Order: sequence, then structure tokens, then C-alpha cells
Amino acid sequence: MIDMSVNIAQVVLKNPVMTASGTFGSGVEYSEFVDLNKLGAVVTKGVSLTPWPGNPTPRIAETYGGMLNAIGLQNPGIDTFIERDLRFLSDFDTVIIVNVCGKTVEEYVEVVERLADTNADMLEINVSCPNVKEGAIAFGQDPQALAHITREIRKKARQPVIMKLSPNVSDIALMAKVCEDNGADAVSLINTITGMKIDVKRRTFVLANKTGGLSGRAIKPVAVRMVYQAANAVKIPVIGMGGIATAEDALEFIMAGAAAVAVGAANFTDPYTTLKVIDGIGQYMTDNNVTDIKELIGCVWKEEFL
Amino acid sequence: MWLSTNAAAGAIAGQFLSVFPNSDSMQLMRPLSICETDSSSAPGKIRLVYRVVGKGTEEFSHLSEHDSVVIIGPNGNGFFAPVKEKIGPDTRALLIGGGIGIPPMVELAKQLKCSVVTVAGYRSRNDMFLTKELEREGELVIATDDGSFGHLGTVTDAIEQNDIDADIIFACGPKPMLKAVAALSQKRGIPAYISMEERMACGIGACLSCVTPSSDIDDHSKVKNKRVCVDGPVFPASEVRL
Repeated sequence: MIDMSVNIAQVVLKNPVMTASGTFGSGVEYSEFVDLNKLGAVVTKGVSLTPWPGNPTPRIAETYGGMLNAIGLQNPGIDTFIERDLRFLSDFDTVIIVNVCGKTVEEYVEVVERLADTNADMLEINVSCPNVKEGAIAFGQDPQALAHITREIRKKARQPVIMKLSPNVSDIALMAKVCEDNGADAVSLINTITGMKIDVKRRTFVLANKTGGLSGRAIKPVAVRMVYQAANAVKIPVIGMGGIATAEDALEFIMAGAAAVAVGAANFTDPYTTLKVIDGIGQYMTDNNVTDIKELIGCVWKEEFL
Repeated sequence: MWLSTNAAAGAIAGQFLSVFPNSDSMQLMRPLSICETDSSSAPGKIRLVYRVVGKGTEEFSHLSEHDSVVIIGPNGNGFFAPVKEKIGPDTRALLIGGGIGIPPMVELAKQLKCSVVTVAGYRSRNDMFLTKELEREGELVIATDDGSFGHLGTVTDAIEQNDIDADIIFACGPKPMLKAVAALSQKRGIPAYISMEERMACGIGACLSCVTPSSDIDDHSKVKNKRVCVDGPVFPASEVRL
């Protein structure tokens, strides 16, 4: 028997594979392809206090080995989300992680408070979306702002708090440490890398928002490096994501120090990716006589393994 | 290209297939509208007619017999779901296609059990395609931008000049054409259903890439943004803001 379960802030996931926020909705649409009961966790798309319309289109562009998106956090707001999306997810035996966004600290806190008595198991705080003018990344690029929002949310949150970090910073280890020092229970990274694409035929920006967040296979080495740096800097669990499309990709993150991983853009390329990654990790463990996945977390650098 | 697939059974005109390039450098599917279906054998067949505009469609154009390609579909609502009016044998349907919006009109003309006039707009005589198929399914009027074949001008010019009347309009094509169709629909008081195109990532309603501004609140986000992939691609012309 192999043990694929992992523990993030006292919440046990049956395996380390989650969905990355924004790529999987609340699982309603993908449940036609994926048995949600098999996932370690479903991480829902960012939800704010009121409905947000998002950005004008075009909102996405394909790039070499990846894609740019500038959806702008379109979402129905917390009321509809609790009544509809969380109710839908209550039928499944999986961990529910709700991604929270806002324009001000007060808005984040209010959403967090509204989630207190729901079936949300954990909260992921989006301080890293590069596609909205107010909030989100503004909190994730300034250590003081990040410290403040982490503290305020931690005071009010009933569930464990995961801070989702932006790669668009000069010192990811510092940002992870700031989260830990201010009460975060875990950090997740990376959100998308800010990018741009130009249509040379039309001589225009491809995205209506001009810039967008780069995700997909192209960003994986950057993400693995940042997960390694963050995991080195903090004792709280690090959840790794950024270009995971295969079990081998997921294992890279785990060996770099991630206690869990998330599949994002690859859901679009193949809706079965999460299941294939879970199966592939299991196969790797069997083939290599690894009985407990926790033996692999940070195994390329943690002293206990060397 | 014709695909042999059991997705053909029950596919509705106006629906699309998500077609995935094989190359790892391309992560996103290409949404291609269904041009024709053939369910006379099992599995059935779906015909996709597309323009080579980038790397993905370029890759598809090199597929040959017995090659395989990954698809998801049929996706979207198709031309009939949003229709509020009753379509009977006496209904006069006007189908309007512009350029690469023409292919879905072939299957629509086949599935409509009423009188069909199709107006197809092309850049020029040399760009014409699917004319035989459209003629087979009803009356065909052609407009070209340069006047090298049929009417000189747009599809709506051709409709005005020919004084074509109808009880219902179905249209697919570039946005300026859809705007002109929506204006014509309003002016003449003929209900129009238009098929929209938008860049997509998931194609199943989860990612919110392909929204189009709508006149009423959408079911998903409670804003005024309908998802082209699942709420559409076909919308009543009066319900989207072009």
C-alpha cells in the first residue's frame, strides 16, 4: 500500500493534487469529465463580495507552450457562490478550498467572514491576480501590504488560510516569510507571470487588457525554482503550481518542497489531467518503492533526506 | 475535413467541436463549427470546414486519412435551442453567412424542414466555397466584396437589393456583418439568431474567457456576460450587445 495523503494545516488531503484557482470553475463543468471525489482538493475560482464583470474580450491568447489570460476575476459574488457552488461541492468527498479576492482589505475580510460557517475547508487568499486594477496583486507585491492583509484575514478566518503568492516580485522567499510571520497557515505559488502579446498583422495588443497572466507548461521551471526558494524560507506548507501537466511535473514540485500541487492551464488542454497526474504519482511511488509521499517532499534538498 | 466520430449522433447545427492540436507547443483547443454531419453509418461523421489562420489550423490542414485528433463535443447550444418562434413547413428561413461563418449554414439548411434562402458573402469569386452544398439545400444568393461574383457588396446589401423577405433569420460571420444583421432584424421586425465567435480556453463554461456582453443578467456570474461556449454560440440578436 502506498500513502498519498498529505496534511496542510491539519486538513488531510487524500492525495496532493488540487485544481488551480480559475481554471476549474467550482468543478460543475469539469465534473462531467472528472470524478471530483478522486481529487485531493478542489480550489474554486476567485470569489468577491459582489458580482464582478471582469475585463473586456479578448481575454486570452495562446503563446508558445502556454497561454495569457486577463479574465479579470469575473465571478457571481459570495452570495450566489455559497448558495450554488458550495452546495454543489457539498456532495463530494474532497477538500474544498475557496479562493477569495477583493479590492480592499475590508472586502476580503467580509468574504472570509461570510465563509466562516460554510463547508469551505480552507481559504486561499488571492493577493496575486495581475489582471485587476484594484486589490489582488497590489497586496502581493508590497511586503507591508501583504503583512497587513494576512494579519487582518487571519484574525477573522475560521478556516486555515493559504496566501497565494505572485511570481512578479523580486524576492519570493521574503514574501513567503512575511505570510508565515503574520499567521498564514500555508502559501501557494505561483500565480501567473505578467506577460504581453502583440498582433503584428493588426499592430495591436492581442488582449483587451494589454497585459495578461502567463500560465501553462512554459512557466514550470520558474515556478519550481520559486517553490524551492519559498519552501526553504518557511516552515508552513508550500503548495506548488505553475505549468503542471504530468505526474513528472508534479513530482518536480514535490521534490522541490511542495506539500501539495495544483493543475491549472493543463485542465484546458486535457480535462482529465488531474486524474492522470494522481495515477502517475502513484505509479512512480510503486515503481520506486516509495510507501509515503511525504518522503518525497523536498527530498532533493532537505537534510533529513540527504 | 471529415472526422469519423460518434459525436456526430445528435449533433445540432450551430454546435462546435473543440479540436486539440497534437503539438505540445499549443495548449488550447480550436473551436470549429460543425459544417455537416452524416449519421448514416456508425460511428457517424462530422465535417469541419475552417480557414488556416494560425499554427493550430495549419497543423489540422496537414492531417491525412486515418490520422487521429482529440476532440470534445459537440459543444454549445446550436441554432434551435434559443429560437422562441415555431418553425413550421411554411416558415421562410433566411440564412446569412459571411466568410468563415458560412460552414454552419450547410448543416442548418439540412436540418431545417422549411423554405430556406441562404445569402453567402465572400471577399471575391476566388474565395468562394461550399456553394454546391448550399445550393443543394435551398436557394443561394451570393455577394462578394469586389463584385467579382453575384452581388457587389455585403450580404445585407444583397438582401435589400433582392427584397428578400423572411420569418426568421440565422446568421454567422464577422462582427460587422452580425451588427448589420441585427440592425436589419430590428428594422424589418424579423427575429434573428446569430452565432458568435470568441477566443476560448476550456470550451465547457468554466474559464470565462469567451464571454459576450448581453442585455440581460447571465446565469453564471449574475453580471451581463454570457458565455459563448455554453450559453451560445447562438444568441437572439436582441440579447447580445455587439
